[in-house]
Amino acid sequence: MSAPSAPQQVGLIRRFTNAGATTFAVAAAILVLVPLLAIFAYLVIKGIGSVNWAFLTQTPKPPGEVGGGMANAIVGTGIILAVASVIGVPLGIGSGIYLAEYGRNRFGDLVRFTADVLNGVPSIVIGIAAYSLVVVPQKHFSAFSGGVALGIMMIPTVARATEEMLLMVPNVIREAAYGLGIPKWRTTLSISLRTASAGVITGCMLAFARVAGETAPLLFTAFGNQFWNLKLNQPTAALSLQVFTYAISPYDDWHKQAWAGALILIVLIVGAVAAVRITTSRGMLKGGS
Amino acid sequence: MSDSVDPMNPTEPLGQLPKPATAIPSMAQVSKERKTAASTVLQKIRTSHPRASRIPDSVFAVIILLSAISVFAIVVLVAWELIDKSRLSLHQFGIGFFYGHDWDPVAGSFGAMPFIYGTLVSSFLALLMAVPLSIGVAVYVTEMCPQRLRAIISFLVELLAAIPSVIYGLWGIFVLAPLLREYVEPFLARTLGWTGLFTGPMYGLGMLAAGIIMAIMVVPVIASITREVMTAVPQNQREAVLALGATRWEMIRMGVLRNARIGIVGGVILGLGRALGETMAVTMVIGNRPEIAKSLFAPGYTMASVIANEFTEATGDLYLSALVEIGLALFIVTLIVNALARLLVWSITGGTARVRA
Repeated sequence: MSAPSAPQQVGLIRRFTNAGATTFAVAAAILVLVPLLAIFAYLVIKGIGSVNWAFLTQTPKPPGEVGGGMANAIVGTGIILAVASVIGVPLGIGSGIYLAEYGRNRFGDLVRFTADVLNGVPSIVIGIAAYSLVVVPQKHFSAFSGGVALGIMMIPTVARATEEMLLMVPNVIREAAYGLGIPKWRTTLSISLRTASAGVITGCMLAFARVAGETAPLLFTAFGNQFWNLKLNQPTAALSLQVFTYAISPYDDWHKQAWAGALILIVLIVGAVAAVRITTSRGMLKGGS
Repeated sequence: MSDSVDPMNPTEPLGQLPKPATAIPSMAQVSKERKTAASTVLQKIRTSHPRASRIPDSVFAVIILLSAISVFAIVVLVAWELIDKSRLSLHQFGIGFFYGHDWDPVAGSFGAMPFIYGTLVSSFLALLMAVPLSIGVAVYVTEMCPQRLRAIISFLVELLAAIPSVIYGLWGIFVLAPLLREYVEPFLARTLGWTGLFTGPMYGLGMLAAGIIMAIMVVPVIASITREVMTAVPQNQREAVLALGATRWEMIRMGVLRNARIGIVGGVILGLGRALGETMAVTMVIGNRPEIAKSLFAPGYTMASVIANEFTEATGDLYLSALVEIGLALFIVTLIVNALARLLVWSITGGTARVRA
């Protein structure tokens, strides 16, 4: 316990801890990336063989018959997602703006809390709500009800991202705008939101990606359909639903189709995410004016 | 900047900065000297703004307020629908619904305990694996990895979040479950079988598979939030701690993680929320049997899965109502989780939560 030896010993322990922590972090990164690569590898290996022209253009065949495809499900997913985005993105950005720019009060805290709650509400519960709000009064399953369920799920994600990004915009920028005599709405839209646009779009993108492959709320809203349907008020097939049905079925041919459907689904989602990323990084999507 | 130099300088402020705010009070004097330029600017500001801005501003405020109210309204509506549709089961079974062990739709007896147990155990398992991993990834990405890898790794982790849960389920059924059955579960049974947690027949599909799949799904949620808050910690915090002679890990622990802990707690809570409500992947790998077993190899059932599996097939109002009541319970649990998270955050920050505006 003499004075000169103490620092040396501590130094060793500290160095050891440092090395241990570094190793752990590297190991964690590798461990997280392994399943990702494994999932993508399996999707490509198992799925690519069943993706062909028929798969993309035909509707499902009854079990036992080989062939058929998921064209109706691909289009159905597109329809449902369009409805969801029309509902979710404007409401989400609007409430995000409220929270950041107006919501420094009791009601703002309440909205922030309910947005948190809504974000935490399991998708299956949203499905039940959409079922009893839209499907029951309409008396049948529909693409619209599926869109409503997914749209509701998008709102809190978009709102949260918008608020967070707007709060990161330095106040000096707003003050500068007010100093120039620019009205508040214009400052918010063309200056704060525009400055934050990359982040806001990332938020929308995450919400979209989260919702695009969502299956649980569609089980009893869009319901699925073996045939073509382009009407909003009829049961509609969705890619994710089709993958689920095929995956838990006992038929080998359907398993193959499930992998193919999953591959298409992931390509659509990753494609959308990548497209948004590229356009944002080029600065083409600066909202506002 | 300009006021410390010379605010009255007639050439500097108007030339450098377009229409600076500080110039307005001094305009009267300036305009005497530079009548033409300054007065037209002033004219523009005065005539166009005060009257024109008020109406659009209030319209905008109302629209924004309405969309904020809609969030609130949606939550109230969802809660109301759940209560309304589960009324039958609430009356029939009362509080006993939640500790009843029997789930027999044919006999008309409904008890939710097996599902509550399954949800809690699988979520706990998932967090147990996911929290250290996600913090590790976030630390690696923000503090350790070479600049070039940083964007790639964080994009890849983000990609994990973009994979739909039905695809995790598909992968779980056809890849993870066989792997567990052949290699992991026999190993666990040999080494940790004495705990009683890893015994019994090995199906592959079961509580353990559900926990692992959910852990993979929860990692990106926690990791991306952790990474975000860690990046938000100012660089000079790091430099200050390093300057005191800290090692890199000490710098991360004292300079970064301590400052970012609130956000990390928030991320973990978000992850918990996602795990509790996760439906499809879990439904596909947990085995779907309403039993309470100590062994993690045994199949289970979760609250979300039973709704997913049985809602469209529910015959009879009571059956449907019981399922909605499980949904209501799930809703209330997530509400409590979120409220707890907020209290936790407030207690840690001591009321100074919102400084970063």
